[in-house]
Amino acid sequence: MKCLVTGGNVKVLGKAVHSLSRIGDELYLEPLEDGLSLRTVNSSRSAYACFLFAPLFFQQYQAATPGQDPLRCKILMKSFLSVFRSLAMLEKTVEKCCISLNGRSSRLVVQLHCKYGVRKTHNLSFQDCESLQAVFDPALCPHVLRAPARVLGEAVLPFPPALAEVTLGIGRGRRVILRSYQEEEADSTVKAMVTEMSIGEEDFQQLQAQEGVAITFCLKEFRVRPPVHTHHPVHSPPCRAQGLTALPLPSQGLLSFAESANLSLSIYFDAPGRPAIFAIEDSLLEGHFVLATLLEPDLHAQDLHSPQLQRPAPPLQAHSTPHLDDFAFDDIDSYMIAMETSVGSEGSRALPSISLSPGLQPHCSPGPCSEEEDDAEPSTVPGTPPPKKFRSLFFGSILAPAHSPQGPSPVLAEDSEGEG
Amino acid sequence: MPLLTQPIPDESDYSLVASLDNVRNLSTILKAIHFREHATCFATKNGIKVTVENAKCVQANAFIQAGIFQEFTVQEESVTFRINLTVLLDCLSIFGSSPTPGTLTALRMCYQGYGYPLMLFLEEGGVVTVCKINTQEPEETLDFDFCSTNVINKIILQSEGLREAFSELDMTSEVLQITMSPDKPYFRLSTFGNAGSSHLDYPKDSDLMESFQCTQTQVNRYKISLLKPSTKALVLSCKVSIRTDNRGFLSLQYMIRNEDGQICFVEYYCCPDEEVPESES
Repeated sequence: MKCLVTGGNVKVLGKAVHSLSRIGDELYLEPLEDGLSLRTVNSSRSAYACFLFAPLFFQQYQAATPGQDPLRCKILMKSFLSVFRSLAMLEKTVEKCCISLNGRSSRLVVQLHCKYGVRKTHNLSFQDCESLQAVFDPALCPHVLRAPARVLGEAVLPFPPALAEVTLGIGRGRRVILRSYQEEEADSTVKAMVTEMSIGEEDFQQLQAQEGVAITFCLKEFRVRPPVHTHHPVHSPPCRAQGLTALPLPSQGLLSFAESANLSLSIYFDAPGRPAIFAIEDSLLEGHFVLATLLEPDLHAQDLHSPQLQRPAPPLQAHSTPHLDDFAFDDIDSYMIAMETSVGSEGSRALPSISLSPGLQPHCSPGPCSEEEDDAEPSTVPGTPPPKKFRSLFFGSILAPAHSPQGPSPVLAEDSEGEG
Repeated sequence: MPLLTQPIPDESDYSLVASLDNVRNLSTILKAIHFREHATCFATKNGIKVTVENAKCVQANAFIQAGIFQEFTVQEESVTFRINLTVLLDCLSIFGSSPTPGTLTALRMCYQGYGYPLMLFLEEGGVVTVCKINTQEPEETLDFDFCSTNVINKIILQSEGLREAFSELDMTSEVLQITMSPDKPYFRLSTFGNAGSSHLDYPKDSDLMESFQCTQTQVNRYKISLLKPSTKALVLSCKVSIRTDNRGFLSLQYMIRNEDGQICFVEYYCCPDEEVPESES
């Protein structure tokens, strides 16, 4: 694989790497015929991100040495990020960037051609790896929001940086509501303040969701840390100071990437508990961030108290979560993105064994029900789409059987480590 | 005013008296070598040399020539003392380290001789602070015996070109390898860290290159932890001269322009780490 990035695109690439570094510790680099793909997944597999840079993005793009299979590799995010560490420097000094992957030397070589003829060559060690591919399909999500990234960026600015999750929903008058999500046992200092932003329908280019739908997702993977240049007075000075004293590692979320590229951001989502897909696209690149959403046991308590965010039950019932409120709340960490890990050809679309059946998981039921996925018969649940479609992407324990009793739903995959 | 009741020694009782209108002309240079707690000061009629050493492998010297001072007198041939550099810098910036526009801190520095403290009188806006810093037994400093006649390769670069390189050094690498050669790659900085290796090449005809006098290919490795502190001097400097001698010893000379446009020098010497393995790329 060999590709050459020139001019302002070097910084775009750098920004993409920065935003990927918000998610995972390892970067999967895969040269495809339709472009260079950079992917990552977080350790709890509750967030997945990928960028695909079209061949036109590059001055020169060769996915594989002619006559050879394309190589793919996995490298430490840290080492790749160090190449693009300073975005200001990339913009100021780097004229072109050449990335090549050579099986013989088993090194990923990133060469930066800088001003004054200075040349930086990074020979990064890599591991062979399987292809990392989350199975998801935006087309299967019934709800879509699309707005200029700037609109969403400004909307999340007032949220305190320490805030973990935010609830996004459609309120009365089809206004889009963003509200800080509060856990029951959240410590009192966080609980003391609820931030809510409401954006009118007119700010959206597309708003395909009815009043009352809502999802809760992790904000930090989506947003950017408050930029230093922000004129927004909402952030408390301590937080800002903290951001400044930290290492100068501008953490770029997808949102800030989209903002800087002046792109629109689309949010595709389904019922709570199902992943939400954040997507950007232009002719040269596309980016998808897939984030787990919280399965809210007591959505009414969160949302229906609010006069703005009425959630009519019937429309939701029509969707695939008929008994959403019936089962107990699960930890976000227990959700995993189904990954297609194919060693072989890219075209292999077989359902990976780690994927759980999209149907209802009976694991919440005590008693004789095993947690085997074959116990879950999708057809038993009204409103559940056919399994075929659902192999796109999902998280475990999304749905409970009709008569699921209360009780903590089990963790389908053990946490690799407590995410704190 | 107990200060005034103390017998003030006659000017001639001091072996060193130096005064400066802008204390930052001294403190900035000292910060460039402040990577260890203690420093040894040598004063002669030409000025003051402050030396800091580490691990018997690296030595930094800051030269503040007599001309930088508004008044500079040394009674003896040379005056030597050791001092806590951290404390000295704290005292020099006692009125604050960032300059307030339009106000300068003036300094008068007196040393009576062996066994006496270093006296600092700092004045800003009519307020005077007197600091007494105990001096210590001077220690013998290393003699790197770096002689310009033994210099094999010499490069003068604009500091701008090295600044980013040094600030982004892969600190997981134990060494910084410096290649200087009359042929390609001319001047190369390499690190070998956890993530892989990195090379930074400067062509000899680069606009950053003020002078390129390399006679023979030399590849030497230096402990990165020893060289990293020189970044402090690099950041302040406008030009840097990089020299290696026939033993592979490295000399980095930084030209630093102070706020009054005067030139000072800071110099780092470092001994090479080890023999370079042949097979290393």
